Amino acid sequence: MPTGQPHIQIKDLNVIIEGKPILKNINLEVPNNSITSIIGPSGCGKTTLLKTLNRLVDDSADVQVTGSVLVNGEDIYAPDAEVTHIRKKMGLLSQRPFPLPMSIFDNIAYGPKIHGVRDRKKLHAIVERQLKNVGLWQEVKDRLDASATKLSIGQQQRLCLARGLAVEPEIILGDESTSALDPISTQVIEDLLVQLKQDYTIVLVTHILRQARRVSDYIVFLCDGEVVEFGPSQDVLLNPQHEITKQYVKGFIS
Amino acid sequence: MQRNIRLLKDRGVKRISGILLGLSFLMILVIVVGLCVKSEPLFEQQSLIEVLLGTVWSPLKGYFGFLPFIIGTISVTLIALIIAVPLCVSASVYLVEYASARVRQVVLPLVNILAAIPPVLYGVWGILFVVPLIGDYLAPVFGVSTTGYSILAGGVVLAVMVFPIMVSIMVEVLKTIPQDLRAVSLSLGATRLETVQHVLLRKAKPGIVAAIVLAISRAFGETIAVLMVCGNIPQLPQSLFDAGYPLPALIANNFGEMMSIPLYDSALMFAALLLLVIILGFNVVSRGILKRMEEINQ
Amino acid sequence: MSAIKRRLRKEKIARACMLTAAIIITGSLFFIIGTIVWKGMPYLSLEMLTQTPQGGFYIGKEGGILNAILGSVYLASLSTLLATVIGVPICIFLNVYVKKGSPLSRFSKLLFDVLFGVPSIVYGAIAFSIMVWLGIRASLLGGVITITLLTIPIVVRTLDELIQTVPNDLRHITASLGATRWEGAKVLLKYVKPGLMTAILLAFGRAIGDVAGVLLTTGFSDNIPIYLDEPTATLPLAIFFQLSSPIPEVQGRAYASALILTIIILLIVICTQYLASKQKKNRI
Repeated sequence: MPTGQPHIQIKDLNVIIEGKPILKNINLEVPNNSITSIIGPSGCGKTTLLKTLNRLVDDSADVQVTGSVLVNGEDIYAPDAEVTHIRKKMGLLSQRPFPLPMSIFDNIAYGPKIHGVRDRKKLHAIVERQLKNVGLWQEVKDRLDASATKLSIGQQQRLCLARGLAVEPEIILGDESTSALDPISTQVIEDLLVQLKQDYTIVLVTHILRQARRVSDYIVFLCDGEVVEFGPSQDVLLNPQHEITKQYVKGFIS
Repeated sequence: MQRNIRLLKDRGVKRISGILLGLSFLMILVIVVGLCVKSEPLFEQQSLIEVLLGTVWSPLKGYFGFLPFIIGTISVTLIALIIAVPLCVSASVYLVEYASARVRQVVLPLVNILAAIPPVLYGVWGILFVVPLIGDYLAPVFGVSTTGYSILAGGVVLAVMVFPIMVSIMVEVLKTIPQDLRAVSLSLGATRLETVQHVLLRKAKPGIVAAIVLAISRAFGETIAVLMVCGNIPQLPQSLFDAGYPLPALIANNFGEMMSIPLYDSALMFAALLLLVIILGFNVVSRGILKRMEEINQ
Repeated sequence: MSAIKRRLRKEKIARACMLTAAIIITGSLFFIIGTIVWKGMPYLSLEMLTQTPQGGFYIGKEGGILNAILGSVYLASLSTLLATVIGVPICIFLNVYVKKGSPLSRFSKLLFDVLFGVPSIVYGAIAFSIMVWLGIRASLLGGVITITLLTIPIVVRTLDELIQTVPNDLRHITASLGATRWEGAKVLLKYVKPGLMTAILLAFGRAIGDVAGVLLTTGFSDNIPIYLDEPTATLPLAIFFQLSSPIPEVQGRAYASALILTIIILLIVICTQYLASKQKKNRI
């Protein structure tokens, strides 16, 4: 992979769900090793855009995707693209924490296990590293065999992040990942993401403008399925070019 | 390599499970086509109308009139509905509108148990309790002498059998009605009963109808319990205390010996086909209503 | 009497009527079980449970119903096993390999709804015809075929309803970790495990209680079946056939069979209720 080539390039992307165009003509290059937030009024297609990135969008019937999404230069919508392999490169942090129905240890070991790591010692090392990564190790190291549902919501979300990191993705996708959390847990997750951007390219969907301001380097403003503005956070938030972005940033549209 | 094996496994499971689904499609086809082909010979000598409306059932002479059985099935089902519908509607309304959550928590699982009891046990209960009750106590009141094995007994047993299906669906339907609707009516000064009558039941009507239709389809197919208590004489029942002979009972009672008499198997296959078609129709209708209700309320 | 008083009185009467209806419906359960316990209890003995009927099931006064108990257990276990092995993959195919809301999945779901409603006598009639065609006589095998056909829709529908309640997140998570659909399906099955057990138990309950299906296909025998091609007694058949006997001892065997069947069904119901509460806890 040539250095400097963006991890994610979106070209002429159109998504039509049940006959309705949800995303129109999206062209975007997501900068590497930074946090890019997708903001916009509800129903503008934020989550759909995120889900097109790891092909979760064409999971349901009656979805048409045209155009291309290049991940490391490889078109994931090419007819011969292999979905499993693509998805492994992207960790997903969903709205609500959703632990798999197994122990804390197995939640994190699940990914490495299906990708072929069998050695118990290696697995243990991975689990420990990832739990430390998200600052959960001290809290759970004595009860790795407990069911993951026993953790608090904030802890669960960190566990989910660690689970995603354990398959060694290059990209992290966050779908309103803090919307179910209390302010303190939100803060923890935000700090983690800022730390992680050194090693990962991060794309977040958020409906909280302040969060976008706090964490992101770049902002995509999406409205009615179209990219209205894209640029460094400061520019988009402080000096928006379009009238509709101005109104949104001021809080007239939500 | 590792990944290839995983993908192969995935594809293998997809193929096997897809084939199993395909086989179940095939099964339906076999059932429908098989029944049609098998019942076809019956119509070489008689027309469909003659078969459906004929009243003489005499396999040895080649007369296959299904009317007694159709009437038998319909009358048993009707009696069951007349008993069960008012009871189930009132009980469901009571459970949802009046009873406390605790009572609901106790009663609904009990209703589920009722649903789990096998038909043959209903039949035993029918013989031990319903039949003597009718024969020894109820019929004499009307000046009729009967053994008790009658369409009324069949109807009573069937009514109890459809209680659970009706109550559980009706309770579900009533629960989906938004609380606001009740609040509006009550705040206009209506009593609870008036709210139930004018608002809830009207709103729940399609769901209640669906529950009834589903219960009918269950009742039409019920074999053993009804067979055990309703006498099984191929005649047109004139009163509640007469014996009747429903379609499923006809199949169950005669299947073993059908081989020796010409066209008999054809006639029984036609009975099965008739049953299947009627039940499929009712089923599709009620599921359609329930689905539409769900969509409207969501 | 004022209008308001009349309205309130009406309310009171209606309420009493509705309560009565609820009591009748709930009471019918206790009434049925009570009747069976009352009739069956006196005949329940060790001999009844451990012996086969002596001197013919319809006339012999000695012996018990071991043949029917074992026959029922064999028949129900085998068919439930088969129905699970066939039904669970179908359910996985419909929920994992077919896109949600596609025509195929909608059509299949309607189909299993419909199959669920087909009465067992129709399954019996069809299986009987197929058996005649293939030259299989009434036997344990015939019963197993019939009851498997009958229980597949139960497994598929119950499991499918349950999978509907699982949030899409689960699938999205396994997918985003790079799991194949089959690997995702395994996690899904783990998630719904208590519910899957419920589905299997429901199928078992239906299988062990059915008469109309086995009446034509299983035959009846005083012996305990050893091979699949032997005619077999089941508890419901034992009830059905022996109840009409004029001999009190034979009728007693029917009542005892009814009591045993009731106990088995009640045990199954208790297990399903327990599993249902466990599945609820699994949810987040």
